[in-house]
Amino acid sequence: MLAPHLPALQVAVPLVSAPVCLLLRNPRHAWAFTLMVSGAVLAIAVLLLQRVFAEGTVAYAMGAWAAPWGIEYRVDMAGALMVLIVASIGAVVMPFACKSVRHELPESCIGLFYTCYLLSLTGLLGIVVTGDAFNLFVFLEISSLSSYVLISLGATRRALTAAYQYLVMGTIGATFILIGVGLLYMMTGTLNMLDLSQRLPAVADTRTIQVAFAFITVGVSLKLALFPLHLWLPNAYAYAPSVVSAFIAATATKVGVYVLLRLFFTVFGAQFSFGAMHVGDILMVLAAAAMLVASLVAVFQDNVKRMLAYSSVAQIGYIILGVSLASAAGVSAGMLHLFNHALIKGALFLVMGCIFLRLGSVDLRDMSGLAKRMPLTMAAFVVAGLSLIGVPLTTGFVSKWSLVDAALIDGRWPLAGLILVSSLIALVYVWRVVETVYFQPVAARMRGVREAPAAMLIPTWVLIAGNLYFGIDASLPSGMARRGAETLLGLAGQ
Amino acid sequence: MSPEATVLAAVTLPFGAMLLIAAARRHPDLRESVTLLAAGGLFLLVFSLLGEVLEGGSPAAVLVETLPGLTIAFSVEPLGLLFALLASFLWIVTSLFSIGYMRAHQERHQTRFYGYFAVALGSAMGIAFAGNLFTLFIFYEALTLSTYPLVTHAGTDAAREGGRIYLGFLLGTSVGLFLLALVWTWSLTGTLDFRAGGILKGVVAPGTAGVLLVLYVFGIGKAALMPLHRWLPAAMVAPTPVSALLHAVAVVKAGVFAILKVSVYIFGIDYLAEVPVTQWLMYVAGATVLLASFVALKQDNLKLRLAYSTISQLASIVLGALLATPLGIVGGGMHIVMHAFAKITLFFCAGAILVATGKTRVSEMRGLGRRMPITMAAFFVASLSMVGVPPLGGFWSKWLLALGALDAQQLAMLAVLLASSMLNVAYLLTIPVRAFFGSADDDAGQTGLREAPVACVSALLLTATGCLVLFVAPGPVYQLVQLVVPQ
Repeated sequence: MLAPHLPALQVAVPLVSAPVCLLLRNPRHAWAFTLMVSGAVLAIAVLLLQRVFAEGTVAYAMGAWAAPWGIEYRVDMAGALMVLIVASIGAVVMPFACKSVRHELPESCIGLFYTCYLLSLTGLLGIVVTGDAFNLFVFLEISSLSSYVLISLGATRRALTAAYQYLVMGTIGATFILIGVGLLYMMTGTLNMLDLSQRLPAVADTRTIQVAFAFITVGVSLKLALFPLHLWLPNAYAYAPSVVSAFIAATATKVGVYVLLRLFFTVFGAQFSFGAMHVGDILMVLAAAAMLVASLVAVFQDNVKRMLAYSSVAQIGYIILGVSLASAAGVSAGMLHLFNHALIKGALFLVMGCIFLRLGSVDLRDMSGLAKRMPLTMAAFVVAGLSLIGVPLTTGFVSKWSLVDAALIDGRWPLAGLILVSSLIALVYVWRVVETVYFQPVAARMRGVREAPAAMLIPTWVLIAGNLYFGIDASLPSGMARRGAETLLGLAGQ
Repeated sequence: MSPEATVLAAVTLPFGAMLLIAAARRHPDLRESVTLLAAGGLFLLVFSLLGEVLEGGSPAAVLVETLPGLTIAFSVEPLGLLFALLASFLWIVTSLFSIGYMRAHQERHQTRFYGYFAVALGSAMGIAFAGNLFTLFIFYEALTLSTYPLVTHAGTDAAREGGRIYLGFLLGTSVGLFLLALVWTWSLTGTLDFRAGGILKGVVAPGTAGVLLVLYVFGIGKAALMPLHRWLPAAMVAPTPVSALLHAVAVVKAGVFAILKVSVYIFGIDYLAEVPVTQWLMYVAGATVLLASFVALKQDNLKLRLAYSTISQLASIVLGALLATPLGIVGGGMHIVMHAFAKITLFFCAGAILVATGKTRVSEMRGLGRRMPITMAAFFVASLSMVGVPPLGGFWSKWLLALGALDAQQLAMLAVLLASSMLNVAYLLTIPVRAFFGSADDDAGQTGLREAPVACVSALLLTATGCLVLFVAPGPVYQLVQLVVPQ
C-alpha cells in the first residue's frame, strides 16, 4: 500500500516526527523516538533503493499534480546512493547520541536538539529526492537552518561564533542559489529540473543564464565548502556537539556535492556546464588547491576535530576533482568517494565523541598516552585513519584507486601524482595523533579515564567494519556510483 | 587437502596464529608454543605445494573481487614458492631464537611482539602467493604496517624516530610511486595479472615503459635501492629477531621479490632488455652495491653495518633482475635464498652477542672469539658465504650473477660484483678474524665461555649449517628458480 509513496515518505516521516519530538519533554523519550524514526528512515531508504535497482529511476508526483506544474520527486541511482548514505549515517549515529548528547548538552536543550536533528535529516533527504529546483532550495534552507542551531548547541561558547559564521556564509550561499533559480525561472518559466533541462538549451546563450549558472555554482560551492569558500567549516565542525560533527561531516557537504552534480549534469547539462562555461577547469584548480592547502593546514592543528575538519576540506577536493573531470570514470570515482568518505569521517568524528566524553577535550596536547586508557577507541582511530590515508583493504584505498585511474584515463598524470601526494600528507597528520596517543607517557589528567561505553563504541566500530568491508569488496558502492554517474551523464539511455 | 585450499590455508594460518597468541597472552609458554607450532605448520603447508609446482602446476584461488576486474587472488609460481619456503622455514628458526632472546633480554610487551610477527609472516605469504600485482601491493602495504609496531617495539623516542623514517619511506614510496605505477599499468593494459612474457609488450611504448620501470624500481622501497634506503638502517632500532627475520629476510626480500616478479611477469625479460632505461637503473643498482659497502665499512655499530651490507646485497639482486637475462634472473633468485641464510645467521650472532655481553659495537668485539667460540664460528661461516667462496651457498648465487653479467656483456657490472665480494671481506670477515686472533683489551680479566642461551645458539648453528648445506645441495633451489625463466 505504501510502496508507491516511498519517495514522499522518505521526507515526510522525519518532517512530521520533528515537532513530535519537541513535545516529548523527557530526554530519554526524545532520544528513543528519534532512534525509531532514524530506523524507519533507513528502512524506507533501503526499500527505495531496491525499487531503484529493480525499476530504474522512480518518479513521484506530489499530491498527484502532474510534473511540470506540481512538485515532482525523482530518485535515480545517484539519488539512491545519497539517500542510502544519509539514512544509514543517521541510523548509525543515533544509538551513539544518547550518552554523548546527555553529556554535552544541558537537559533543557535535548528535546530541541533531536527536533533540529530530525529537521536536518528531513532537509538533506529532501534535497536528494526532489526533482524541483525551488523545492530543492526550500529543503536546503531547512537543513541549513537546523544545522545552525545544532552547531550552536556545542559545549563551549565558541560554538556560538562558529554557528554565526556558518549562518552568515550559509545565508549568502542560499541567497545566491535563490537568485540563480529565480533567473532560471525568469528565462524558462519552469522549476521542474527535467523540464528546465529541456528548455534551457534554447536560451543557453543568454547572459542571464550564464549569470544564473555563476550564482548557483558559487552558492552551492559555499554550501559544500569548496576551497576557498570553506572558511565556515573548520570552526563549525570543531565546536559542534560530537554527534553533530559526525552527522554533518558525513552527510551535509556530501549532499552539497550532490546538488552540484544534479545542477551541472541534469539541469544545465554537461555540454553547457563543462563545454560552454568551462567550469571543469575552475573546479579542477580549486580542488587541487584544496587537496594540497587544506591537508597542509591540517598538519598544524592541535585540536584534532579541527584537524579532521581541514582534512574534510581536502577530501571534498578529491570528490570535486573527480567531478571536474566530467567523465564517467571521474564522476563515478567522485561519487564513490562521497560514500567512502562518509564512512571514514563519520567514524573519525564518532571516535572524537568517545574521547570528548571521557577526556573532556579533543586537544592533541591532552591526549598523550590515551591509547593505554582507551585502546578500542584509539584502535578505531587508527583503522579509520589508515582508511583516510588510503591504505589497501580500506574504503579510502578504493576511492584513491578509482580517482587516480580516472585521472590517468584522461591523461592527467600530474593530478594523479597530486592525489597521492595529498594522501601522504594525510599520513603525516594522522600519524601525529597516533604517535601522541601510543608513544607518549600517560598524562596526569588521565587518572580515571577509561574506555568509552559500549553504546558509543559499537556504532563507531560498525562504521569501521563498513570501512573494511567496502574496502575489500567494493562492488555495491562502486556499482551504484558507476550507474549513478552514467545516469547523470545521460549515458544509461534513460 | 587440495592445493587450492592449501594456498589459502598458508596465507590465513599466521593470522589465525595471531589470534591464538593474543588469547594465550597470560601463559608465555603456551604462547610461544603457538608461535612454534604455527611456524612449523606453515612450513609444512608450503612444502606440500613443492611437488605440484615442480611438475609445472600452479594452484590458484580467487578470494574476492574488489572492483570490477581487480581481484584479490592467489596463485603459486616457482619464485613465490621459493620465497614462501624461505620465509616460513626461517620463521621456525627465528621463533626459536626469539624465545631465547626476548626472555634473556627481558623485553616487555612480548605478546604484541609475537602477534605482529605472525601478521608480518602472513603478509609475506600473501606477497609470495599473490596472483596479481594488485594482491601483491595489498600485502606489501600490510607488511609495512604490521612491522611498524615491531620496529617501534621499545617505545622510546629513538624507536619513534626510527618508526617515523620507516613508515615515511616505505609508505611514501609505495603510495607515491608504486601505486601510481600500478594504476597506470592497469589503465594502460586493463590487467594486473602476472603472465609469462609480461603484459606490457606490444601495448606500451618503450619510453612509457621506461617511466613505469623507474616508478616500480624506486616505488618498491623495500628493495632499498639508493637513495631510498634510509629506512633500513632506521629499522635497526627493532629487537634483533625482527632485524634478523624481517629486515634481512621477509621485508627486504619481499621488495626484491616484487622487483623480480615485475621484471619477469609484468615487463617480461625480453621487453625489459628493450627498454632503454633498464640499463641506467642497473647502474644505479651497481652504484648502490658499492656505496652501501663503503658505508658499511665505516659503521661501528654491528647491526648498522649488517644493515648497510643488506642494502648492498639487495642491490645486487636488483642488478641481477635488471641484467634482463635468464642467468641474471636465476642468479638474483638464488641470491635471495643464499643471502637470507647468511644474513640471518649474522643477525642472530649480533643478537647473541648483545644478550650474552651487552656489546653492540664492532670495536668492542676484539678477542670475543674465546668467550663465544660457537657464535663467532657461525659468524665466520656466514661471512664467508656472504663473500661467496666455496664451500658455502653464497658461492652459487655470486657465480650465477657473475655469469649473468658476462652473458649480458656488462663487464662493469661484473667488476662491481667482484668488488662487492672483496668489500665483504673487509667489513665482515675481519670481525670474526679479530675476535679469534685479536686480544681483548677492555675486559682482559674475564675468561671462560659465556655463550647466549641455548635457544639462541641452536638457532644460529642451524642457519650456519644451512649455508653449508646449500652449497652441497643447491639443487631444489636451482630447479625452482630455473622454472621462472623461459627455457
